[in-house]
Amino acid sequence: MASLWQGYLWPGLIIVAQIVAIILPLLGAVAYLTYAERKVLAAMQLRKGPNVVGPFGLLQPLADGLKLLNKETILPSGANPIVFVAAPMLTFVLSLVAWAVIPFDAGVVLADINVGILYLFAISSLGVYGIIMAGWASNSKYPFLGALRSAAQMVSYEVAIGFVIITVLLCVGSLNLSAIVKAQETVWFCVPLLPMFVIFFISALAETNRAPFDLPEAEAELVAGYNVEYSSMTFALFFLGEYANMILMSAMTALLFLGGWLPPIGIPPFTWIPGPLWFAAKVAFVLFLFLWVRATFPRYRYDQLMRLGWKVFLPFSLLWVVVTAGVLVAFDWTPK
Amino acid sequence: MAFLDRTARSLLLSELLSGLGLTLRYMFKPKVTVNYPYEKGPLSPRFRGEHALRRYQNGEERCIACKLCEAICPAQAITIEAEPRADGSRRTTRYDIDMTKCIYCGFCEEACPVDAIVEGPNFEFAAESREELMYNKDKLLANGDRWEEELAARLTADAPYR
Repeated sequence: MASLWQGYLWPGLIIVAQIVAIILPLLGAVAYLTYAERKVLAAMQLRKGPNVVGPFGLLQPLADGLKLLNKETILPSGANPIVFVAAPMLTFVLSLVAWAVIPFDAGVVLADINVGILYLFAISSLGVYGIIMAGWASNSKYPFLGALRSAAQMVSYEVAIGFVIITVLLCVGSLNLSAIVKAQETVWFCVPLLPMFVIFFISALAETNRAPFDLPEAEAELVAGYNVEYSSMTFALFFLGEYANMILMSAMTALLFLGGWLPPIGIPPFTWIPGPLWFAAKVAFVLFLFLWVRATFPRYRYDQLMRLGWKVFLPFSLLWVVVTAGVLVAFDWTPK
Repeated sequence: MAFLDRTARSLLLSELLSGLGLTLRYMFKPKVTVNYPYEKGPLSPRFRGEHALRRYQNGEERCIACKLCEAICPAQAITIEAEPRADGSRRTTRYDIDMTKCIYCGFCEEACPVDAIVEGPNFEFAAESREELMYNKDKLLANGDRWEEELAARLTADAPYR
């Protein structure tokens, strides 16, 4: 009995507690990301944004969430019920499981696996399944078109993201996310790899279906894209998953290029602030970039999107992989 | 040279960055939002809102049942019935406006020779049922009593331009 407790139950409890400790703040962050998005967009359009529910409208996300929960879940008669319901769950779960490998500080990580970045890449690639399943199972025109666009778009930009990750890996010599952050102690990778940082950020926009690459849900043409037929909780899961994915991509950007939990300069006034706060600040900054870009740029046309992905980013990132590798070998800077 | 210039600009994303700069500047500009239920925008004295039937200062109703408003109403929203009152003056026995038909063109107000029917400054008269929007004479006179001060001020302000 004692061995059962010591060997399985207690570690299991600890893991569950860790998961809750990650997911609860994450869901809170998702809720307030929607609030921040509305506030930032409003400010850039000279509006005030939500300001009625609670002080400064701070309770607006809760009100929205409660409203969604109270609505009726509609199963369209033409839909495939199992896939239709499974799709939002898949999207949501995938956006959460990726957080297992994100290090919040030195050693503060749920699963410190050696292929962390590969795991992240794989999970974010799987995200497209939720959208395709939703589009297909809805058995309706707009969702289907949205899902097709989304699939093509995510696949195209994952290629560029893959090459960007390879350049970072060349500089680090490890797929472990903690090691990637530690390798940035002297200089953050956004400085020597600036073009790759920009490409990664733009591809992250495409990967999360954010403006200006929000073709899968282009309001103007596809009503709402793949989630037209969804309502209530199923819609809420899509929404949460989408925003959690945004935060995930921002966290990935922060880990790969902005030095994760490291302070900008390793001297006292900066080192007093704990690592997780630095990490959160960097994620918040990248998220602000997401919102800022949405407020600024019009949506890409579909052919422009494909041209950018395949004819600009792919050759450019490929070239940069070669250049980075060449420089590393020529100056003998390859990580030992 | 022009080619180099163009290529450099597009590679450095100069146009995208200047666009981002513009939105960032706008973010810190003062907001133009009117916080509606708590603050309202300015209304012209000519604003055509909810109708009202006015009275003279001695309490006598102005309307003389000439039916010009009924005649000119393009939506045919006004229904008037009239007969001489006990003291011999001509007054309406019925003055109904169907606010769901009304297009708020202001012709009734223009047609009225005695400034009896006017469109006031009130635009917040939404109702939960259709019946509430079938205004009768009592309702219109009550509106007139409620808004008289403002109505008179608006008519005075607009008089030089009529």
